Amino acid sequence: MLALQVLAVFSLLSILAVGGGTAVLPEMKALVVDRFHWLTPDEFGRIYSLGQLAPGPNMLMVSVIGHRVAGYAGAVAALVGFFLPAGLLAYAVTRVWDRYSDSPLKVACERGLAPVTIGLMLAGTLALGRTVIDSADDVTIAAAVTAILLAVRINPVFLILGGGLAGYLIGS
Amino acid sequence: MAGSRDPSAQDAAESAGAVATQGRASSGDILVAFLLLGATSFGGGVVAYLREALVARRRWLDDARFLSGLELAQILPGLNATNMSVYVGERLRGARGALAAVLGMIVPGTIVVMALGMLAQSQRHLPDVSSVLAGVAAAAVGLTLATTLQIGRRQLAGLRSLAVVAVTFAAVGFLHLSLVIVLVTVGPFSVWLYWPRAGGERGGA
Repeated sequence: MLALQVLAVFSLLSILAVGGGTAVLPEMKALVVDRFHWLTPDEFGRIYSLGQLAPGPNMLMVSVIGHRVAGYAGAVAALVGFFLPAGLLAYAVTRVWDRYSDSPLKVACERGLAPVTIGLMLAGTLALGRTVIDSADDVTIAAAVTAILLAVRINPVFLILGGGLAGYLIGS
Repeated sequence: MAGSRDPSAQDAAESAGAVATQGRASSGDILVAFLLLGATSFGGGVVAYLREALVARRRWLDDARFLSGLELAQILPGLNATNMSVYVGERLRGARGALAAVLGMIVPGTIVVMALGMLAQSQRHLPDVSSVLAGVAAAAVGLTLATTLQIGRRQLAGLRSLAVVAVTFAAVGFLHLSLVIVLVTVGPFSVWLYWPRAGGERGGA
């Protein structure tokens, strides 16, 4: 029963994820934490950050949320919910895509949705920051990671691991 | 897929292109390629890994086709990485190709993140584990911000797009409006703002 609820929530999020995973984070947090109380804000933030350590899309962490809520059935429900509806839509559109290569609607959608996506991603970053940043040290780590990534080309996974090391050193 | 098309010259040319792309890889090849991608694309930015493996290395599709797919991936809901997997898989081997690509993309990372999740859960009361996770989470915020700023460089530079960014950010981040409401109001408005007009300014941010 709980797994069905997980399926419903993540199916909704799948269709709302215009602009990708980060864009839908505030809504995901609103549903998973505030509305259904499946996780505390802290747990939500920690699970999101685990997603950054795994290969592939970060949003595969929805499986961990599903697992916490309803065991393995919940993990499968979260994955199917989050990936199937958007995947089917992508498949349907892929099949007709080349026919509309220069349609003004497509061009306007692309240009018009881009700034919406960036606004949503900023809101996602803010929601995440409010959830997991709770000390001056956290701010320092986050700011350092942002600055380094904007300055040099480096695989971000090293900085995520570096953040873990910094957390360990600060905590001990 | 060619059969459902109108028999115009343009479509005939497109179908020929599709045939050239079709058949370059079996479903098995696609599954293996995407499992490798899914297992090695650390640090986000999966699309860059996809381009390197599929366009530069395996030459399963050219840059023009890849970019066309990226437009699709960005406009539609869902992750760019999985939408691109659907697109590339479909182009190479139809529905089976799309399924093979998506499964390959998500299965390895899911196994890893589930294992990490269980490990973190079972060790959560150890103070060291808690400290490490707090540091990882803070770094993840920094990464998410950097990614947003990098992707949004153009949108944050133009006045018109910056206004849309700001309205969207404020609506969701501060007013806590539901995403549905924002998408059905700001979304169409912004698309209208960018509708190509005769004699008006075109393109740009």
